[in-house]
Order: sequence, then structure tokens, then C-alpha cells
Amino acid sequence: MEAVVRRLGVWALVLLAAISAIALTPDSGFAIHMGIVALVAVILIIATLGTYDPLAKAQSIFRMPPGPSRYDDDVVRWGVIATMFWGIAGLLAGVFIAAQLAFPWLNLEPWFNFGRLRPLHTSAVIFAFGGNALLATSFYVVQRTCRATLALPGTARFVFWGYQLFIVLAATGYLLGISQGKEYAEPEWYVDLWLTVVWLAYLAVFVGTILKRNEPHIYVANWFFLAFIITVAMLHVVNNLALPVSLMGAKSYSAFAGVQDALTQWWYGHNAVGFFLTAGFLAMMYYFVPKQAGRPVYSYRLSIIHFWSLIFLYIWAGPHHLHYTALPDWAQTLGMVFSVMLWMPSWGGMINGLMTLNGAWDKVRTDPIIRMMVLALAFYGMSTFEGPMLSIKAVNSLSHYTDWTIGHVHSGALGWNGMITFACVYYLVPRLWQQPRLYSLRMINWHFWLATLGIVFYAASMWVAGITQGLMWREYGSDGYLVNSFVDTVAALHPMYILRAVGGLMYLSGAIIMVYNIWMTILGHQRDEAPMGDTAHDEANDRPIVAEPAE
Amino acid sequence: MTDTTRKEPFEGHKKLERNVTLLAAATLLTVAVGGIVEIAPLFWIDNTIEKVEGMRPYTPLEQAGRDIYIREGCYVCHSQMIRPFRDEVERYGHYSLAAESMYDHPFQWGSKRTGPDLARVGGRYSDAWHVQHLKAPRSVVPESIMPSYAFLAEAELKVADPAANLTALRRVGVPYTDADIAKAGADLIAQADPNADAGDLATRYPKAQIRDYDGDPTRVTEMDALVAYLQMLGTLVDVDSAAAQEALTKEKGR
Repeated sequence: MEAVVRRLGVWALVLLAAISAIALTPDSGFAIHMGIVALVAVILIIATLGTYDPLAKAQSIFRMPPGPSRYDDDVVRWGVIATMFWGIAGLLAGVFIAAQLAFPWLNLEPWFNFGRLRPLHTSAVIFAFGGNALLATSFYVVQRTCRATLALPGTARFVFWGYQLFIVLAATGYLLGISQGKEYAEPEWYVDLWLTVVWLAYLAVFVGTILKRNEPHIYVANWFFLAFIITVAMLHVVNNLALPVSLMGAKSYSAFAGVQDALTQWWYGHNAVGFFLTAGFLAMMYYFVPKQAGRPVYSYRLSIIHFWSLIFLYIWAGPHHLHYTALPDWAQTLGMVFSVMLWMPSWGGMINGLMTLNGAWDKVRTDPIIRMMVLALAFYGMSTFEGPMLSIKAVNSLSHYTDWTIGHVHSGALGWNGMITFACVYYLVPRLWQQPRLYSLRMINWHFWLATLGIVFYAASMWVAGITQGLMWREYGSDGYLVNSFVDTVAALHPMYILRAVGGLMYLSGAIIMVYNIWMTILGHQRDEAPMGDTAHDEANDRPIVAEPAE
Repeated sequence: MTDTTRKEPFEGHKKLERNVTLLAAATLLTVAVGGIVEIAPLFWIDNTIEKVEGMRPYTPLEQAGRDIYIREGCYVCHSQMIRPFRDEVERYGHYSLAAESMYDHPFQWGSKRTGPDLARVGGRYSDAWHVQHLKAPRSVVPESIMPSYAFLAEAELKVADPAANLTALRRVGVPYTDADIAKAGADLIAQADPNADAGDLATRYPKAQIRDYDGDPTRVTEMDALVAYLQMLGTLVDVDSAAAQEALTKEKGR
């Protein structure tokens, strides 16, 4: 009872603080954000006071198995649901803004203009979809590989729900026009502070679980998860150093200016790719690929070499986003050299993943989950080759500021991050919901091909668009004048923008099929379908072929 | 194995694999090196930002316009960083100097040119063109894919506390004077209102353009602020003057 009263007191204080902030602030966006915080406090108060338990209610909607299981998988199940939900939201936003670039009348000012929706798309796919996938898989993997349940189970739940609050505040903020104006770090100071608290709690749960492990060694996947959590904390805190104008308003100004701000931002931005989207997802690869293939990781030594070299080299690569800018030349060159070196440890990861399939390659034909993993690794290899290439200054002088960069990040994001996440979710759902198998394997096959073709449309159209635009910008006529006005280059890209939107739509359709498949699996249905890969034996045709004489 | 003296390669790594504190510390150390070696020197190497004539902090109205530029996410499609290539210099003007963004908290160099670079857009078009273009981009550039921002002309410019904005900027290193901060509220309105007395605004902020920007002199709107910001971009440093050229020829060791 005393605990209940204490908890009530805390929620009531939060509610009071939020309401007074609403009353005091002159900033309408900030007031709406505090309204969201107040709403969360009210829900928590009702839940604490009454018999109404929204969590149990929600758990029954998603058919979560009751009672304690061997491991603490409650948070993992919520993480899987959130991954799917934010995945669809983020992909939908992506298809919409892709369509806006082809058909500008789709911009609905002020809230749904491209400039506000684009951060919504990037944050939704990276931090909401990717972030939830990382939360769910890291909690799943660390328990199994340490043979221990989660340390600090209450904190683990706080991490999950606190992270969802971060996402909601960030996403609504963009639409309301609350932005720091730094790419992939748009949320304002109070949302950043909240994320810092949640992230440190995440670190505590993760390290705590490793500390209580019953295995002598820390498994390689956990090295990657640990590096991801620690480095993202460092990047997030340093890049978001800013001075709020007032404690009762959203606005803040970055602690850095100009050149220094630019390099700090791209040190952050590039390593959001390096640690959020690479180290974290390699951790997923290191657990789920060997599991699904039923084979051990190819090389222990390779994993040591490529882990340390990857995390060491990635940090240096940021300046390649600033080639030929006012950043000092020495920093640009350093960034280029390290980016090119980064190719090798990146391919170390790909090779370790692909070679794990040695002896199990036949499964690519029959197991669509393995096929997704192989495709993810192939795209990882491709985009980690393309990245170093684009970081060479001569290439970058053409590609920078164009859609080539957009194509590059999407071959990585859709191909590597998306596909490996889908494969892991397909692996996890039957195990987490204690179902004998997925609803349908053939639907995974549909998902696989829609997604693959979608990426091909996307990447190919953006390559063409980027190179076209880069060449048109620098085209000189025999008279010595520039041939194209800027807007000529915009008009030239129109067909490519349509093709890109089509590719995005295909990728989204695949994900919707996945949601249906996962939902039916959770409900406990199994589709009656022909098994994949096996050609049935036909007794009647099992005979020698004899040439028949012509009449 | 008979030869017990020969160590397995990576034997030492097992120590890290058994101790999460060591592993975490080694990881943090490994990832900290790059940032320290690469970013930290930018704060103390003198020639990172060479001094140029003409740079001054933004006026309150320009800063308000800049805040709107950030709020609307203009940076996702427009860069403010001209690279030293023949085509870019011909298209947009002299390549950007580090000093030109020394008061930009945050920087807005951008990473994508869905639209053209804006680093030197100031003075290239009339106010009326900017207003019309922001309200209905395709009425002046038919092939444009820019969203329309007509609502800016309807929105009264509301800055909760202009002096607080300048104070915060001063704390992070922008050299606003006490007078600038004291007069921030008056400066904000006076720069866009032809009937108001601008006082010493033009002396405290050299090259400040004082006029009605949005075609509606009766009130100060967000359109006024944004156009005021766009019209001053790249106008502070006279890169073509003899003195500036001389300074650039002395440049070495970059």
C-alpha cells in the first residue's frame, strides 16, 4: 500500500509539473508536449488507483502468453509489436514524402510540408523502427547468451515505455515545428534529456544482465550491443549540447557554431549509422543468423578483429559528409582515408555472416527467413563498399548534395537494416508467443520478393537521379557557359522520383503482408499451404523417356 | 597439444570476454580516440576560421527568420555551403568561408540540394519575388517542387522574449552587446516597420536592411522575418573586395 501511495505521489507531481508548464509557457508546441506528458501521468494515476489495468488489457489484445516464462520476455514481445507498428508508420511517411517530391501539391501546409515530414520519416525508421528492433532483440539475446533473466525487470519496462514516449514527443514535435535543425538529432533539449535518462537505464539493464550471467564468456553479439549502447550515449550527449532559451519553452541554441558544429554533427550523424544501424544490427546478425542456420559462427578470430577495427575506424569517418566545405582540408582527408579503410572491417562482418551458412546453403532455397538474412548481408556488403567509394573526394564532388546519397543510405537501410529486422521478427514471433510455427511461410516469400524488387527500383532510380543531377550541375556548353539552370535539373528528375515512390510502395506492401502474417500467427492460426521448396514426387512421371516415332 | 608454452592467438582477448567492465572501458576508449583527435583541434587551431571583415551577429529579426528556417526544415532541401568548384562559384557566388557561419547556432550547411544553395541568395531577388515564391512557388518557377508557405504571411511574428534569445546566444559565444540585448524587442519590430524609429540599429548591426519585407507595412509577420533572413544571407562579407582577396592569397596551411 505504501508503495502505491508513493507511486501515486510521483505521478501526481509529474502531472502538476506538466500542468504548470502548460500554464506558464508562451510556446504552443511546448504546451502540447507537456499535455502529452500530463496525459501519460493521468493514465498512470488511473492505472495505479483503480482495478483497471491498461497493460493487462493491452496484453490480452496482443494474446501475450500469461504467467512467467523461462526468460523475461514481456518487454521483448512489446518491442516486437512496437517494431512492426513504427515500421509501418515510418515506411508510410517515407512513401508519402517520396510522392511529395514527384507531386508537390501533396504538401499540406504547415504541418505536412516536406520539411517537417522528412525528419519524421528518418526518425521513425531509424529510431522508432530500428530502435525498437534493437531493444527487443538485445533483451532477447542477452538473456539467452547469458543464461539469466533480465536484471532490473522494472527498469527494463521503464526503458521500453520511456523510449516510446521519446518517440511520440519527437514525432509530434516535428509536425508542430519543434526542431533543433541538426539532421537525425532534431528533438529539442528536454526530449534529449529524457532520452539520456532512458538510455542510461538501458545500459544499466544490459550490463546488469551480463553481470549476473551464468556463462563464463560474453558472447560476441553482446560486444556489439554494448558498443552500440555506450557509443550512442556518447554521441547523443555531445552532439545535443545546447542552451535552452527558457526552461518554459522548447527553443534552444546549439553550444557549437559553424565549422565546429558541422563536424560534431557529422561525427554524430555518421556514427548513428555506424553504431545504431551497423554495430547494433551486426549484434542481431551474430545471434539470429547462426540460430536460424543451425551452424556456429564462421570465425571467432575474425569477429575479434573486425569488432575492434570496426568500432575504432567508424568514429573517424564523419568528415566525409563535409568534403570541399569550409572544414579544414586535413580533417576532410583524414575522414576520407579512414572511410576507405572502413571497407575491410565492414566486409569482415559480412564474410563472417555469410560463411556461417557454410554447410547450410541449401536452406536458402527452402527457408525464406535464411534467404532474407542472406539478402540483408549482401546489401550490407554492397552499401559498405559504396560508402567508402562515395567518401573519396573526387567521387564525392559529383555525388554530394544529390540523390545518389539518398540511394546509398536506402540500399543500406532497406536492404540491410530492414531485411535483417524482418528476418529476426519472423524468427522471434512463434517463439515468443509459443506457437508451433508462423502462419505462413509463403507470405514471407511474397514479402521477400516485394521488398527486394522495391529496393531495386529505389536504389536504381536514385543512382540515375543522383548522377544525372550531378552531371547536369557541372555541364558547360562550347560557349563556356553553364548549360542548365537549377530548375532544369529538378524537372529532369521527375520520372526518377515517381519510380522511387513505386519502389517504396512495393517495400511498404511487403511489410503490410508481414504485419498480417505476424498478426495471424499471434492469434494462433496456421495457414494451410503447400510446403516450400519441395517438389512432390510424381509416380506417373518416374519412368524412362522413350522417343516416340513420328507418324 | 604438446607445446604448452606457445600461446593461442587472441588468448589475451579472453580476459576482456570475461569481464564486462574491462570490455566496456576498452570499448569507450576505442571509440573516443577518433573524436578527440579529429574534432577537438578545431576548437584551438587558429586557422580553422580565418578572420574576415564584415561578420556580425544576426539582428533579432534575422535571427527570428533563421529560427523559422530551422522550424520549417528548409535545411533538408537547401544547402548553405558553396564548394570551390567553377560551376558552383558561377552559379551561386564565391565559395563559402568558414567565418561566414561562425555565429550560426546551429550550422545550416545542409546535405542535400533538392533546391538550390542559399548561402549567397541575399539581394539576388526582390522582396516581392521571395514573398510570391514562398506563397506559391510554382507561380514564379513552374517546375519547382517546393512546398508553399503562404501561412507565413498570415502569421504574426511572435517571439516570446527576443532578449532571452539573444542572451542564450551570447552565452554560447555570439558577441551581442548589452545594448543589443536591451533593445532586442524594439529592434525586432523596427527592422520590418518603415514607420518605426530604428534608432541606432544600423550602427550596431552594419549592413542591416531596414524596410517592410512582406508587402504589408501594417504588421510584422513571420514572412517578414524569413525574407529578412534570406535577403541578408551572404551579404555581410565582401569577398570580392581587394582587401578580402589579399587575405585569401595569404591563406596557407589549410
